[in-house]
Amino acid sequence: MSQYKIVHFNLNGKDVEKVVDVRASLTDMLRNDFRLTSVKKGCEVGECGACNVLIDGEAFNSCIYLAVWAEGKQIRTLEGLTGPNGELSDIQQAFLDETAIQCGFCTPGFIMTAVEILEAGKLYSDEELRKLLSGHLCRCTGYENILRAVKKTMYRRLGLPIDF
Amino acid sequence: MNESLHKVGRSEIRVDGYDKVTGRTKYYEDRMPPEALYVRIKHAEKAHAIVKAVDKSRAEAIPGVVKVLSCFDVPDLPFPTAGHPWSMDPGHQDVADRHLLNRHVRYWGDDVAVVIAENEVAANQGVRALTVEYEELPFVLDAQKAMEPGAPQLHERFPNNILKHTDYRRGDYRAAIREPGLVKVEGWYETPTVQHAHIENHGCFAWMENGRITVVSSTQIPHIIRRVVGQALGRPWADIQIVKPYIGGGFGNKQDALYEPLCAWCCTQVGGRPVRIDCAREETFVSNRVRHAIRFHIVTWLRPDATIAARKVELWSNQGAYASHGHSIAAKAVNSFPQHYPCENMEGDAWTVYTNRPAAGAMRGYGMPQASFADEANIEDCARAMGMDPVEFRRLNVMPQGFHDAFSGNTNYYDSFRQCMDRGAQLIDYARKREEYSHESGNIRRGIGVATFWYNTAVYPISLETSSNRMLLNLDGSVTMQCGETEIGQGADTAYAQMAAEAIGLASYRDVHVVSCQDTDITPTGLGAYASRQTYVAGFSIRQTAGLLKEKILKYAQALTRQSPEVMDIADGKIVRKVDGAVLMSLKELAMTAQYDPVHSEHITAESTYTIRNNAYSFGCTFAEVEVDIQMCKAQVKRIVNVHDCGSLINPALAEAQVHGGQSMAIGFGLSEQLLFDEKTGRPLNNNLLDYKLSTFMDHPRLEADFIENPEPTSPFGTKALGEPPACSGAPAIRNAILQATGVAVDKLPINPHTLFAEFTKAGLIHDPWREEV
Repeated sequence: MSQYKIVHFNLNGKDVEKVVDVRASLTDMLRNDFRLTSVKKGCEVGECGACNVLIDGEAFNSCIYLAVWAEGKQIRTLEGLTGPNGELSDIQQAFLDETAIQCGFCTPGFIMTAVEILEAGKLYSDEELRKLLSGHLCRCTGYENILRAVKKTMYRRLGLPIDF
Repeated sequence: MNESLHKVGRSEIRVDGYDKVTGRTKYYEDRMPPEALYVRIKHAEKAHAIVKAVDKSRAEAIPGVVKVLSCFDVPDLPFPTAGHPWSMDPGHQDVADRHLLNRHVRYWGDDVAVVIAENEVAANQGVRALTVEYEELPFVLDAQKAMEPGAPQLHERFPNNILKHTDYRRGDYRAAIREPGLVKVEGWYETPTVQHAHIENHGCFAWMENGRITVVSSTQIPHIIRRVVGQALGRPWADIQIVKPYIGGGFGNKQDALYEPLCAWCCTQVGGRPVRIDCAREETFVSNRVRHAIRFHIVTWLRPDATIAARKVELWSNQGAYASHGHSIAAKAVNSFPQHYPCENMEGDAWTVYTNRPAAGAMRGYGMPQASFADEANIEDCARAMGMDPVEFRRLNVMPQGFHDAFSGNTNYYDSFRQCMDRGAQLIDYARKREEYSHESGNIRRGIGVATFWYNTAVYPISLETSSNRMLLNLDGSVTMQCGETEIGQGADTAYAQMAAEAIGLASYRDVHVVSCQDTDITPTGLGAYASRQTYVAGFSIRQTAGLLKEKILKYAQALTRQSPEVMDIADGKIVRKVDGAVLMSLKELAMTAQYDPVHSEHITAESTYTIRNNAYSFGCTFAEVEVDIQMCKAQVKRIVNVHDCGSLINPALAEAQVHGGQSMAIGFGLSEQLLFDEKTGRPLNNNLLDYKLSTFMDHPRLEADFIENPEPTSPFGTKALGEPPACSGAPAIRNAILQATGVAVDKLPINPHTLFAEFTKAGLIHDPWREEV
């Protein structure tokens, strides 16, 4: 097997192709070849969630996903969430408004999992939200305001009154 | 001034928020030059040994490997690493006990050699290909055992491994304990080695330009790092430039020179080409810094009226292999006791002891989470011994209003402790729950507990406290500001912007552009993020520099408005006349005129340094409610409420977020976190995020924070410490709640199922059939 391979996939809505080292992780490819530096490295073994991206709508730790496996997939990173003129999506705005960011290093991964949760279009309980978000570690926030940001956005999208 | 015009005291959105929610914020690795060579470190796989030889040949033969350097190649320049301001008094300088790479390795994970390679794979292969020949030495992991005669010696200059011992004697302890009718409450309390576990690992990169070395590093303390790199390399300090970009958390680990000196030196060994060191998570846990494990022995003598007659505190602080912040942590811990619960007759002794564990340094709370656990566990036991409610016992004995500490000059201006406890008790419905849980039985039991703490806001008078600031009036009337104090995630830049807008009279904090990235070539000297000091100390220099800038602006305005500077002021970004409020001109008009005036052009700036010669008490408490499953040996926090008096809040939302983070860290410290070492080899056992039990999203209840805003009289903005305080009182509050629920006093952290199994068995709450058969 050659050490390099061409991989074709859709990245943040755009079809792309890249020659990659077959040993490279998706994190490496997104950061080094596409300069998508929202994809963060906190452990590189799938423990912290900082490198999380959406692959065909599902959240994955990109550090333990080979770049070559991206073939034919739709991959979304936080960069793809911001509008062409820098407009924030509702969940990004909620992270700002709810003071759900401190050092910011876990933020991109968290927001992408939140996108997956919100796109399910379901109403989750606090316990369910905690479990769905528990693949991410944060040392700054105690998760409190992150929960509030995700929950408020979920309620807004479902048209429910925010009474908490 | 109209309240609505105030820029402080408002929950403004973070100045760095937009970039952080869009993923644009650049951390050190995002600024990496693509050509940087990879430096990977060969760590010792012995807890204590002398390196006899390093065989580089196999590593050097690997394609892509550029250079291999070992402990036999580094300069013989021992250097200190602690992130302390340099002391001009040699007796107070930090202990220089480290080399860039070490021939005498003192812990499993010590740095022996490096491989520099063109790519990461070759660098890692090179490290694996190195053969190190050791002469093994006996090792010791426990601080008290390390002091015993015949224990393995780590550093020649420190007999019995004692880095330092300090003590105090107040009144006459021995005489006082002879008072008739005293009740003795004695305990041994123990806290574990834990790690900061910021999500961004430490890393840095370095290159040379015009003969000087630049290091971009994930650090909290750029100006201090410059000095340490200079010392380690034997170069003039001004030969070094340190750049601090945004960092992914620090919590004290990055208040130390970590791999900046080694990175800078490796750079000089490859002709100044850029080199990078990126710690893996496993290295962050072991080869950076950890929190000191401390063992306490406390004896308290109580009078029948529940006042404290005498108290003795002894502590042994496990320093690990190198001095780092050294005895400062143990000293802070032992000195907290006489102020927390003042009593006339006290003895305190603190030993900081080298062991063959990872080097312990600063970590959020700097000895106080440990002291708070021991102190508040013992005080709880005192209340119990007297049959008193824990809050009432504390109300009786805790530091009173008006208390003055002669050494720091601190005064307890308000009755903060009692105010905080009253608020907390009310929020959590303490009295009712205490009563409700007073006779718990069965498998699931509930309990409620409290703990208090005090915290110094800065390091005066132990070390220098200084803050410098530079402001520049921009052409649009906004102000660019540079501070030496660093943003590490806590929201410092936003607080500075709010304070500056307030002090100058700008329309919005958004009109202050804080240059977040510190660069020691251009940023005014500041000491960095530690000691919960930044908002307090920056407040002095911001207020002073704003005053100077304002003076220059009004002086220039004099020529344009024909008004005396004394009758003018700046409000809402405009020059106004004080008496009638008339708007004379905007700052933008003034700035444009000043810059482009053909006769008298001026670039309006101000810069100043403020040496702070004050400190301030910060106070608070935690109330925790727990549910304990006796059979499962599991304690769960159901509610946790912190109340802090950290003075006036600059940004309430950010302050609340700080408290959440500290509560989270305290829950981990109390219930789950601990770095484990193999007793037979000294090897770390759980240096990864899977096996080290950091609190996850599922391990917390809702985190509740509240504040008593007593303005701090010494601060220009009425503010004092909040960064570290929330990490202090959580663990003992949980311990005390478990005590109410089960009647079992657990004096060893973390209170995980392993600990509870042993404690519950001992107390007869559970039956261990296996034990009986033995």
